Amino acid sequence: MLKNRIIPCLDVKNGRVVKGINFVELKDAGDPVEQAKIYSDGGADEICFLDITASNENRDTIIEIVRKTAKECFVPLTVGGGVRTIQNITDLLLAGADKVSINTAAVKNVNFVKEASKKFGSQCIVIAIDAKKVSDNKWEVFTHGGRNKTGIDAVEFAKKVEENGAGEILLTSMDKDGTKSGYDVDLLKKITNSTNIPIIASGGVGTLDHLYDGIVKGGASAVLAASIFHYGEYKIKDAKEYLNSKNVSVRL
Amino acid sequence: MNVTIVDYQSGNISSVINSFTEVAKGKVNLEVTSDINKIKSSDKIVLPGQGSFKSCVDSLNRISGLVDTLKDFTITNKKPLLGICVGLQMFADIGYEEVETKGLGWISGRVSKIDNQKGKFKLPHIGWNEIEIQKESKIFKDIKNKSHMYFVHSYEFIPEDKSVISATTDYSSNIVCAVERENLFGTQFHPEKSDKIGLKIIDNFLKL
Repeated sequence: MLKNRIIPCLDVKNGRVVKGINFVELKDAGDPVEQAKIYSDGGADEICFLDITASNENRDTIIEIVRKTAKECFVPLTVGGGVRTIQNITDLLLAGADKVSINTAAVKNVNFVKEASKKFGSQCIVIAIDAKKVSDNKWEVFTHGGRNKTGIDAVEFAKKVEENGAGEILLTSMDKDGTKSGYDVDLLKKITNSTNIPIIASGGVGTLDHLYDGIVKGGASAVLAASIFHYGEYKIKDAKEYLNSKNVSVRL
Repeated sequence: MNVTIVDYQSGNISSVINSFTEVAKGKVNLEVTSDINKIKSSDKIVLPGQGSFKSCVDSLNRISGLVDTLKDFTITNKKPLLGICVGLQMFADIGYEEVETKGLGWISGRVSKIDNQKGKFKLPHIGWNEIEIQKESKIFKDIKNKSHMYFVHSYEFIPEDKSVISATTDYSSNIVCAVERENLFGTQFHPEKSDKIGLKIIDNFLKL
């Protein structure tokens, strides 16, 4: 039976792990390579790096981090942030990433998703969707780390990227991110029911119960969290044991 | 010992290189190449594969003499070869991803899309799943039954001769996830991404 994945996410800025409250106030949470190793040794099913201020000048920093991490972590490594071109993807994969996560570039041009999945295979193309609730039962896609409104319906967009070859969707609720009040379960449900590819839930985890909700109530195949793991509140092992005790199948 | 990871410009093989490098450290001489002469003189070969069946087969064929060299190595000379993911799938006669494509034909069978029971199971099959060991296998030495391995695929290899199946995994049905026939080994999952237990499989292969 396929297990539900727990994915610690390392938001990286200028080579350091940070975690923001609603993407704004950043707090240093350490060295990314070191942290990734701790997670991988602790049983993380996958590790995710998001380069949150990826500008062109900064790209070499994240590539170097990926290179170092990939030599020490033998679980899948997903890297996102500022992925705009086929060359960006090639560079990250060559450095040792297993998947890349694409956000703004996919919204701007959905053909980029098609091109990338055709060239590298769907298995390594994750589309990151940042969604914000705009009215009852309606969510809109935002880009540029949540700064820009696009007018695009999140559910329609999720279907569209699936059609274009996305292997997975990393779905972040902008309303919930950094609040520690739990995932936006309604949004998750809506997207998991409208698509047929794995959905990774993101944004809002504050307790282990929230992970349970993401999987059981929201239908996510994987749950991503940052701060609950970074500041040592919980270990990956705690999360897995908790889920297992509630009959959610995980890799122990 | 010389082990070659075949670099035929198809997909991302960094993780395969990293994991084999880690396990081979100081014990095995590892080469990453598509050089026919180097392949001929190696003791073992690793054939990775990512992307579609067609793109992998096309890439192999693009390198003149490579397919024949691999065939001599593994079928005629019976030296050990490990295919990973599409590397394993290409052992088949035929694959149906994108368009019908001829495989290497080393193990009779076909590669078809996983029947996801009309959407009941999400595809790709991504994540950690348990393997059910079906027969004694040299590369599963000290690997417990129901160990977790990392999978990423939408297509499955269906061999005609079921006796080649060394492990299956349960996803919508029992999917073949490892084959073994004499010197020929293949895993649908990614040992290079399957944590310490995956590295153990790599170690077993290197120790053959």
